[in-house]
Amino acid sequence: MYDIKETFRANSVPEALELLRAHPGAIPVCGGTDVMIHLKERKLRQAALVGIMDIASLQGIYLEQTGDLFIGSGTCFDSIYQNPLARACVPMLADACNQVGSPQIRSVATIGGNLCNGAVSADSVPSLLVLNAELELTSLEGKRVVKAVDFHTGPGKTVLETDRELLTGIRIPKASYEGHGGKYLKFGQRNAMEIATLGCAVNCALSPDGTIRDFAIAFGVAAPRPIRCAKAESLMLGRRPTGALLKELRRAVLLECAPRESWRASLELRTQLIQELAERASRCAIEHAGGSLDD
Amino acid sequence: MHAFRPTNELARMDFSISPEGDVSWYTGTFSTDEKIAGREDLCGEHYAVPAVHACHLENNTCFAYMDGRRMVVYSCNQVPHTLRRNIAEAIGMPLGDVRVVKPFLGGGFGNKQDTMYEPLVALASQRLGGRCVAITLSREETFVNTRTRHGFDMTIAAAADEAGDLTHRGIRINSNGGSYAAHTHAVAAYAVTSNFQTYKASAVQIGESSTVYTNLPSAAAMRGYGIPQLNFAMESQMEDIARRNGWDPIDFRLQNINEAGFVDPFDKFTVRTCGLRECVEQGRRLCDWDRKRKEYDAFNKTSPNLKKGLGMALFSYKIGVYPLQLESGSCRIVMNEDGSAQIMVGCAELGQGSDTAMCQIVSQITTIPEQKLSVCSAQDTDITPYDNGAYASRQTYISGSGAKLAAEKLVDTILTHAARTYKLPKDELRLASEQIWHRDSAVCTLAQLCTYINFVNDQKTDTDHITAEATFTMKNICLAYGVSFMDLEVDVPVGKVKIRKVYCLQDSGKIINPQLAEGQMHGGVAMGIGYALGEQMLFDAATGRPLNNNLLDYKIPTCMDIPDMEIRFVETHEDSAPFGAKGLAEPPLIPQAAAVRNAILHATGVGMHKLPMNPQNLVHAFGEAGLIAQ
Repeated sequence: MYDIKETFRANSVPEALELLRAHPGAIPVCGGTDVMIHLKERKLRQAALVGIMDIASLQGIYLEQTGDLFIGSGTCFDSIYQNPLARACVPMLADACNQVGSPQIRSVATIGGNLCNGAVSADSVPSLLVLNAELELTSLEGKRVVKAVDFHTGPGKTVLETDRELLTGIRIPKASYEGHGGKYLKFGQRNAMEIATLGCAVNCALSPDGTIRDFAIAFGVAAPRPIRCAKAESLMLGRRPTGALLKELRRAVLLECAPRESWRASLELRTQLIQELAERASRCAIEHAGGSLDD
Repeated sequence: MHAFRPTNELARMDFSISPEGDVSWYTGTFSTDEKIAGREDLCGEHYAVPAVHACHLENNTCFAYMDGRRMVVYSCNQVPHTLRRNIAEAIGMPLGDVRVVKPFLGGGFGNKQDTMYEPLVALASQRLGGRCVAITLSREETFVNTRTRHGFDMTIAAAADEAGDLTHRGIRINSNGGSYAAHTHAVAAYAVTSNFQTYKASAVQIGESSTVYTNLPSAAAMRGYGIPQLNFAMESQMEDIARRNGWDPIDFRLQNINEAGFVDPFDKFTVRTCGLRECVEQGRRLCDWDRKRKEYDAFNKTSPNLKKGLGMALFSYKIGVYPLQLESGSCRIVMNEDGSAQIMVGCAELGQGSDTAMCQIVSQITTIPEQKLSVCSAQDTDITPYDNGAYASRQTYISGSGAKLAAEKLVDTILTHAARTYKLPKDELRLASEQIWHRDSAVCTLAQLCTYINFVNDQKTDTDHITAEATFTMKNICLAYGVSFMDLEVDVPVGKVKIRKVYCLQDSGKIINPQLAEGQMHGGVAMGIGYALGEQMLFDAATGRPLNNNLLDYKIPTCMDIPDMEIRFVETHEDSAPFGAKGLAEPPLIPQAAAVRNAILHATGVGMHKLPMNPQNLVHAFGEAGLIAQ
């Protein structure tokens, strides 16, 4: 049923990187929930698989000395959702992780895999974008850091050099979560077992006078890759959160999105969802940041 | 597509019914016009429902091997005896040389009522010297390469006079049969005639129906056999007429329903039991209809985005297919020396619990407790006696009659042996709590009698291995009735429906097993909600490639989507049935889509004319109605 040529299991990041170098085209497998589908659909043939699920350094969530939150790329969604630190620092991300697929999938699928698979619908990604997450890519030569917003280049495509790099960790800067309120809204037809028809994340902070100090908004499935809407964000800064401002935001985000018509959802539905989810996620995020909306 | 059928029209069935109930048949022509049969007085509205799939848990699978000269076929098929006949015919073997075994199977819903890959594996095994050959389908293949529920385009018309009495009624069904002749027009014919079963009309009634071949998967039976499609159009239209005239939708319906005494114009049978009025009236109280409808109207006036609605739909459904087709069911009961027994029935258990119901029926008559009765749960044409199989919600009604008849024969045989053995008059003997009684004193236990008669060796008595077998020929039909009330909320800007509660009331006669019955209702409601809100088979318009033949993209509801349900049975007593039981399996699905539609109409003022009522279709409709600001 599956066309697998050979499999390996790495116990450390260097060992995994050696295996990837020695077997060009080999695929790292952690949760395997995307890889197995590719194998089943025969998009992957004569596959060489490198198991990275045993690498202890890829697991776990901790605060660095700077106060930044570090999440190992091999941490599964359910572990993130259950983790007290993640829930305290980045509740929007913890909640997003709990909206992926089904309990079975969330128990094995990892946040690193969600990023590297490159899907525009990845549930963890819009939150990572608005939290200004930094991705740590490790090669045998060293490490480089790429901003989450720069990671995706197109549908299923990322800047990861797959023959020589592994995504080893995700860092969320303290400045992006401290004093912030956030919300990820996923729209699917059903209440479970869905890939997002559209996803929207908002992260914001307010000044003591109640005006918006920081505002970030990101979308999944609103363009060929997960995107931030920089112009719409700048529109919000320094403004008092009101219903009228959110109406402006609804129009502004549309200008930066490029939704498409597909059999999964019409352009008309996606356009409506972009506006509606932008407003709803913003309302929640502003409330979570301690603000209230003047209508 | 077919040179000899230039329009791809496979079959038609057209008729008019006179006010006296006489049916005149004619052959009409294919049309999509709003005027049914070209008549100005039957100007209809259009409703469209897509092809959907049963999504039974167990994918279709079968295997065959030869045992000497005989062909043995295992298949998850719900009509094993019919399958045996079809296989024998297809591969040119005598019927008696083919043995079909149906192990316990994981859901059928009519999909497994068709002969599919079984003749193929049998033929391959035959050609390979009897080696075992299997075909097992993946989920993706099961979606496309088995059977679907027909997509219907329907035009439906009705007119009522000022008093609210229906005068004219008409319907045209254009059915998509898919690419092979499986059931094909029988389903559309069932639907078009059933339109004239639930409601009456004083003047002309016309039905037209057509089935075409297309290059899509073959459609056949699926839970409800065309009636869920019909019901969506019929009950949407009844709602709209009531709304246009400012009538209460329940009162309007109850004023026009057919009840006991109704004579079916086509098959001329008379309905003996009808609990429909009681279902609707009880449901009206149960869901607090009158208060909630007003409360929601008031709420909706000031709430532009979140709307609340309460809607309903009712139905009637034929149990079994008499007199159109022979209806029979057989049962064999074999006693053991310890007073326990095996039951062999040909009716196919496919998860609905028919084995349990048969066991209960035999237990009730023979007084043998259920834990001492074993039902041979793999239907095996070498072992289990003939039965038409599982379809038309017929198992308890028809096969159950077979089980009851066999049990009665068994009791008679037991009493005959007891009378002979103990030299007592048979008509003074009776069986109670596993004992033979003569007047008020126990004569012997069932176990004692069975052991004695099995082993007696007194040089004169004939021993007997006590068995009974009976075939029941059902020369009757009955109708199940029911109603669904849907209490829901609509998130207008994103087109998402949240069902707060479903109230379902059904007349399935006497309920034999309340727990299984409630389970059937839950399953039917869930399946109906999937039909209403999410399900559709999608194909690439240019290539015909299936787009969503998997359980991620084909939106059957998950357990997170299933609402709270309140189930009630209105138990009429159907005299033609064992213990008064009618059928239950298909009906609960039937009214759900229309009930959801009518509740959305109450909430938003928008009446949907196509399924599914998913976010995309709702957002488009709400946009057109001006409910969503652009």
